[in-house]
Amino acid sequence: MTTKTINLTLKVWRQNRGEKKGKLKTYFAKNISGDMSFLEMIDVVNEDLTKNREEPIAFDHDCREGICGMCGAVINGRAHGHEKETTLCQLHMRHFSDGDTIVIEPWRSRAFPIIKDLIVDRSALDRIIQSGGYISVNTGGAPDANAIPIAREVAETAFNAAACIGCGACVAACPNASAMLFVSAKISHLALLPQGRIEAAKRAKAMVRQMDQLGFGNCSNETECEAECPKGISIINIARLNREFLKAELC
Amino acid sequence: MTPYVENDQKIDTKLDAKVPPGPLAGKWDQYRFDLKLVNPANKKKFDIIVVGTGLAGASAAATLAELGYHVKNFCIQDSPRRAHSIAAQGGINAAKNYSNDGDSIWRLFYDTIKGGDFRAREANVYRLAQISNHIIDHCVAQGIPFARDYGGFLDNRSFGGAQVSRTFYAKGQTGQQLLLGAYSALMRQVASGMVKMFPRREMMELVVVDGRARGIVTRNLITGEIETYDGHAVVLATGGYGNVFNLSTNAMSSNVTASFRAYKKGAYFANPCFTQIHPTCIPVHGTFQSKLTLMSESLRNDGRVWVPKKPGDKRRAADIPESERDYYLENKYPSFGNLVPRDVASRNAKEQCDKGKGVGETGLAVYLDFEDAINRYGEDVVAGKYGNLFEMYEKITGENPYKTPMMIYPAVHYAMGGLWVDYNLMSTIDGLFVLGEANFSDHGANRLGASALMQGLADGYFIIPYTIGGYLAETTFSEVHAQNSDEFKKGVEAVNNRINRLLSVNGNRTVADFHRKLGLILWDHCGMSRNEEDLLKAKSMVNALKHEFWKDVYIPGIGKDLNQSLENAGRVADFLEFAELMITDALARKESCGCHFNTAFQTEENEARRDDENFCHVAAWEYAGEEKDPVFHKEPLEFENVKLSQRSYK
Ligand SMILES: Cc1cc2nc3c(=O)[nH]c(=O)nc-3n(C[C@H](O)[C@H](O)[C@H](O)COP(=O)(O)OP(=O)(O)OC[C@H]3O[C@@H](n4cnc5c(N)ncnc54)[C@H](O)[C@@H]3O)c2cc1C
Ligand code: SF4
Ligand code: FES
Repeated sequence: MTTKTINLTLKVWRQNRGEKKGKLKTYFAKNISGDMSFLEMIDVVNEDLTKNREEPIAFDHDCREGICGMCGAVINGRAHGHEKETTLCQLHMRHFSDGDTIVIEPWRSRAFPIIKDLIVDRSALDRIIQSGGYISVNTGGAPDANAIPIAREVAETAFNAAACIGCGACVAACPNASAMLFVSAKISHLALLPQGRIEAAKRAKAMVRQMDQLGFGNCSNETECEAECPKGISIINIARLNREFLKAELC
Repeated sequence: MTPYVENDQKIDTKLDAKVPPGPLAGKWDQYRFDLKLVNPANKKKFDIIVVGTGLAGASAAATLAELGYHVKNFCIQDSPRRAHSIAAQGGINAAKNYSNDGDSIWRLFYDTIKGGDFRAREANVYRLAQISNHIIDHCVAQGIPFARDYGGFLDNRSFGGAQVSRTFYAKGQTGQQLLLGAYSALMRQVASGMVKMFPRREMMELVVVDGRARGIVTRNLITGEIETYDGHAVVLATGGYGNVFNLSTNAMSSNVTASFRAYKKGAYFANPCFTQIHPTCIPVHGTFQSKLTLMSESLRNDGRVWVPKKPGDKRRAADIPESERDYYLENKYPSFGNLVPRDVASRNAKEQCDKGKGVGETGLAVYLDFEDAINRYGEDVVAGKYGNLFEMYEKITGENPYKTPMMIYPAVHYAMGGLWVDYNLMSTIDGLFVLGEANFSDHGANRLGASALMQGLADGYFIIPYTIGGYLAETTFSEVHAQNSDEFKKGVEAVNNRINRLLSVNGNRTVADFHRKLGLILWDHCGMSRNEEDLLKAKSMVNALKHEFWKDVYIPGIGKDLNQSLENAGRVADFLEFAELMITDALARKESCGCHFNTAFQTEENEARRDDENFCHVAAWEYAGEEKDPVFHKEPLEFENVKLSQRSYK
């Protein structure tokens, strides 16, 4: 654990609700300990702003342990910051140096309108799941859990795809603002499992159509999504989606 | 001061648990048969409000919609998928006995009752154990990618407080996978039009009409608009209140507000002093820390807990030879060793640190060491089991647990207390049902690991769909519309007044400042060990802090906007009042049991000493008005199937 502290200059996107445009404002973060998370650093700045009777910076967050997918911002041009496979709440200040200037902006995408400051509306991701991101099973009547064995590797590959936290960083990182990585993760997760296989083709078609309708861009294999994904979701999933989609188109 | 009013003499009609008659194992089956059914064609005439989208809320909303009810579902986060349940790591219990190691429904039931130190209701716990197996079946059918063995069958691990391996898991992300399963079922129902989803809403008031719960008042967290929603029943699945301690493993928005508003409307609050302090969390590092991170208890399967034998030994772990290490859990509890229940493990960690044997910079930590496991199984195997937890630890602390032992310390984690409910999961307000961590039902004075996920899903998938039907079928409803009902109008007025009152204090201190102070008072006086003198002190300190809050808090911004300071202020204001209730409950329970360790009541070996003659009951508190002590009610606990014994894990 570190005891040394650092001082930083922040340039933070401020945008009031209902305003079309916002602007970067400069703040200073002083005596920041390396053990603090990025969000705890903003807490400190917000506490100071409040004491000076200014409105604190609005930002989404909840679990603060990298699993709820609620947090996220573009830090110096990188979604969730520069550390690999790390959500903003798990980015620790020991990765910054004394005197650094940090630019903090919200996700930018047509499908994610800005609500206030760093908070955006990601409900489009829920709408994609509504279009088919499930197995159609009602409660009650399921067979014994061990009735269908599933090879360990298959279960693990499905798990790795299912680990997506729905944060939207892939969309924010993509030059086309495509949600392909997010969509492919769900399609792969379910298509890999025997329980989900049955609806795989229908699901792929419906989810891709929904994504297009919601204003997300197309995938042109820029792979920036994979690089910024905090959960290491692989673009192999996109290849899998394409296969499923092709099958769906053919049948 | 009279801490509480005993009303032994009166029969507490409101506290009828409605436990069905008959032998334990057949109660639920018989009861489901006896419950009245709602005609399929009539289901669509009922609107059900479900507050919360965690495991309990999402599973309930989805299943009720599948049955044909119209559901309105609310949550604070921007998406239902982000409810606090998402963070659960270790696993979910079920009595499948796939490991063939002697498990059974009866054993899961018994372990849960005993783990809870005999302060839970037998019939509810037995039902939970019965349902546990259906949960796993359903979750696999939903596509939950549980861990599997090489044969492709489901794998199990062990958890604290049990000697069998019955915990199903998906790496260290079991809660995430289970919640995403429930969320996907919910999204399917949203698509079908049976569920209307209201994210970024906070329930601020419960609306009761003619003695029945008929709706809620919410604040739209984006616009600040106050909104009203009516229905035929209200289901609260709003989670636990651990954040009353400020620092806890709970998500930042976890709150007591929804439950507390219901309490003020007549729902009794049961056992509020029962809060679980989890033994394996990353130690506190500084004042601005916003939350504590849990390291799953499953780590205790392979990690060995130790401290230096000599108090004040500041050598690095690696420099302390084997002979100078005290593996205190293994030494003191040879049969359960590192797998003793949470309350026991936490208390022992505190005891070691109090003796000056704590490690790390603050001395408030003990080691959790994987060296033996790595030597025995190899780094790969250990990484396979705990890889993501090790990474998380390293991310937070900057230290590599494959090389140096982890440092852990107890942290507030779970609320066993909650709104009182009967066997139907209905509170003392007709038509108000409470599920998941928000109710008090199944875990007594201490919850066993991997049992909360089980309970949340049992409540939502398999219990409420039946019991709510019984209520709806037997009730004659008056017409109630949010737009033209006086009760709703009054609810909105109350919410607006409260918001205006908060904003107009216009003092000098931040909400966070008050929350930190409250947390410290409770941690020091109403935490892992308690005594009457401290509790009395804490009660007056909390009361004073509450008054200061209403005189000196400063909340920037306005009500009709996205205003996170205002959101927090409302939650902290409720925590301040709720803390007094917690302390009152702790004072009234003059025994030690599970997590409630009163130093005046301990055995010679420093274990909790229960007083079954006088305290084998649920304490349920009724709101009596501002600045008035709540009224005490008790539900006696009768054990017909298990023998009460001193818990022993030796
Ligand atoms: C870090 C961690 C790890 C855990 N690991 C395990 C484990 O391995 N196994 C296990 O069994 N248990 C575990 N638990 C416990 C378990 O996760 C919780 O007890 C359980 O998930 C609670 O589920 P719930 O549905 O009752 O509530 P929650 O998941 O807390 O959901 C509450 C819901 O209510 C909503 N809500 C709250 N207040 C309001 C309001 N005022 N208005 C509107 N909506 C509101 C929230 O938005 C949310 O949707 C863990 C807990 C933590 C903190
Ligand atoms: S794929 Fe990765 S970046 Fe995209 S939403 Fe999921 S977790 Fe976030
Ligand atoms: S706050 Fe939950 S992922 Fe960052």
